[in-house]
Amino acid sequence: MRKGRILALFSNFDEAFAAVSDIRHYKVPGVSVDDVTVISPIEHPEIEEVLGERPCHVPKFTLVGALFGMTFGFLFLTSAQATFLVQPQGGKPVVPLPTNFVLVYEMLILFGVLFTLVGFILGARLFRRRKSLYSEKVTLDQVGIELEVEEKYIEPLKELFNEHQALEIREEVIK
Amino acid sequence: MQSKDINEDIRWAKINEDVLRSMENPRMGYWLAVGVCLLLLALAIIAEIYQYRVGMGVGKLNWPHMWDLYIATFIFWIGMSHSGTLLSAILHITQADWRKPIYRFAEAMTTFTLMTAGLFPVIHLGRLWNMYWVLPYFSDRGIWPNFRSPLVWDAFAIFTYLTSSALFLYIGSIPDLAICRDSATGWRKKLYTILSLGWRGDDRQWRNFRKTYLIMACFLIPLAVSVHSIVSSDFAMSIMPGWHVTTFPPYFVAGALYSGCAAIITLFILLRYFFRFEDYMTLPILDKTCKLTFAIAMVWTYLNLIEFASVWYGHDAVAKELLIAKFTGPYSPYFWAMLILGSVLPFVMAFEKMRTNIPVMFVVSILLNVGMWLERWMIVAPTLSMAYHPFAFDVMWANWVQWFIVLGSFGWFGLLFLIFVKVIPSVSMYEVKEMIFHRRHIANKEIAAVMHRRATDPKPTAQPASGQAGGQGSPGTPGLEGA
Repeated sequence: MRKGRILALFSNFDEAFAAVSDIRHYKVPGVSVDDVTVISPIEHPEIEEVLGERPCHVPKFTLVGALFGMTFGFLFLTSAQATFLVQPQGGKPVVPLPTNFVLVYEMLILFGVLFTLVGFILGARLFRRRKSLYSEKVTLDQVGIELEVEEKYIEPLKELFNEHQALEIREEVIK
Repeated sequence: MQSKDINEDIRWAKINEDVLRSMENPRMGYWLAVGVCLLLLALAIIAEIYQYRVGMGVGKLNWPHMWDLYIATFIFWIGMSHSGTLLSAILHITQADWRKPIYRFAEAMTTFTLMTAGLFPVIHLGRLWNMYWVLPYFSDRGIWPNFRSPLVWDAFAIFTYLTSSALFLYIGSIPDLAICRDSATGWRKKLYTILSLGWRGDDRQWRNFRKTYLIMACFLIPLAVSVHSIVSSDFAMSIMPGWHVTTFPPYFVAGALYSGCAAIITLFILLRYFFRFEDYMTLPILDKTCKLTFAIAMVWTYLNLIEFASVWYGHDAVAKELLIAKFTGPYSPYFWAMLILGSVLPFVMAFEKMRTNIPVMFVVSILLNVGMWLERWMIVAPTLSMAYHPFAFDVMWANWVQWFIVLGSFGWFGLLFLIFVKVIPSVSMYEVKEMIFHRRHIANKEIAAVMHRRATDPKPTAQPASGQAGGQGSPGTPGLEGA
């Protein structure tokens, strides 16, 4: 079965969300709300209520990064400080813990931030080529709904979008 | 005066047009500003080359004046870096949406001031070619940085802060860079295609973006506080009179926020004037920024008084003598100027008419930063002039070498900022759209009436209509009890 991709542009969130709501209520049998991608110039504050909760794994990356920063920071510093053993320390500890607390704190934040960035890049699927259906109007003032479905659902979806005053509908067949 | 933070009737397309227009081919005034910055930078480069070839003595840096304008200016720039990212992060977490039109340039200011500040320890070292000695790499010479020294903590903290602030600025700009990509042609389109990382604004990207931005804001608040606390430790962990003060970390943080807020006001007014951003950088937002600056000025003043009191009643004769010398000695004109500019002048901002008077606020914001620069100089210079040993008492006035390098740092910062405003949108387009959308659709009049009810206003008496869910008000005000 060939697949197709369809993008409908709306002038506002209300119309777009009404269309998503119809999809949620299976007005086009065989098409689920999980197939819907909303593309918009801003993030609507209630988008989760419309699309349902979708996962975001960025905090896990942050946690791993922060723990790694703490561990690596401490080991890096202590391994560097341990070479002081060859130098006279005047009775001071080779590994000064209060000092290391400050430096480990900075490393925790540094790696927490860096891993968060990695999580964002992976989670948001950046660095990928934009799909050919992309419309520049969604960075201006229009809201897009995109679905990747079996080709037979494209026509019913077009009808649904037209019911909700879609400004423009684009479609393509995926080879 | 306009009463709303932003005109809610602005079309989204107009926001794009206005902001993108500010990035188009620069006018004569822009090139003039670039010329002045380049001139200042050239003076600094000449002075630095001279100092590099001959030695630090030509800048009059010698015992006991090992630190002078270089370190004072280093603290000044580090301090100025604090408001941008810190305020942006705090206001983001507290959902104060008036930050949205102004946070971008404030964050850029943070990044560029850190890049400027980072030059001074290098310049101050003198032997630039040995700079790498301070890095904690495994050395076969057995030379290691002293991890117990706050100067090493500084290096770690500032590097972390610069990295995090730059990433915070960049990540927050990605949706706007996508707008630039979709509107640009030629080399700019190529540039923004790379910088926007393939952003297309789908719900997955927004969801991850929001979470990432929030997490980074949460990281940046303690980080910013730690950075300036650590910078204060450069002084407070020594036993020098005037520096060995417990209140130095909060004092430095307050001073940093203060000078940063004043710099935000200056840049706010310049951008509003030159780029015709009256619709975004509005007087109510200026008013709020000034109120915030005034509050921080009072905190700074209080911490100053605490410091004076603790020295005065601490019975440390040397520290007390230094404090008296600051008020009456050779540095007293500058010390008094610092107090007047830092503690008295902010009272101008107690008056609404003054807060919304743009020329007055422009002058005041610059004078506040002059006061804050003097504050940093008054931390460094008097202590080195009058420490423990009377035979070493010596008042030193910086010569042209130090001054040229200090002025050059302003040129360097200005140059970076001027490049920024032509490459990255200085107003966040998507956040302004969100602000307008939120105010137009979510915050309706009835909610606003409840939120802005004064204590003296009569309490609303309307009861929930029968048949509605408990705690729900009228249909237009869901969730607001008693509305």
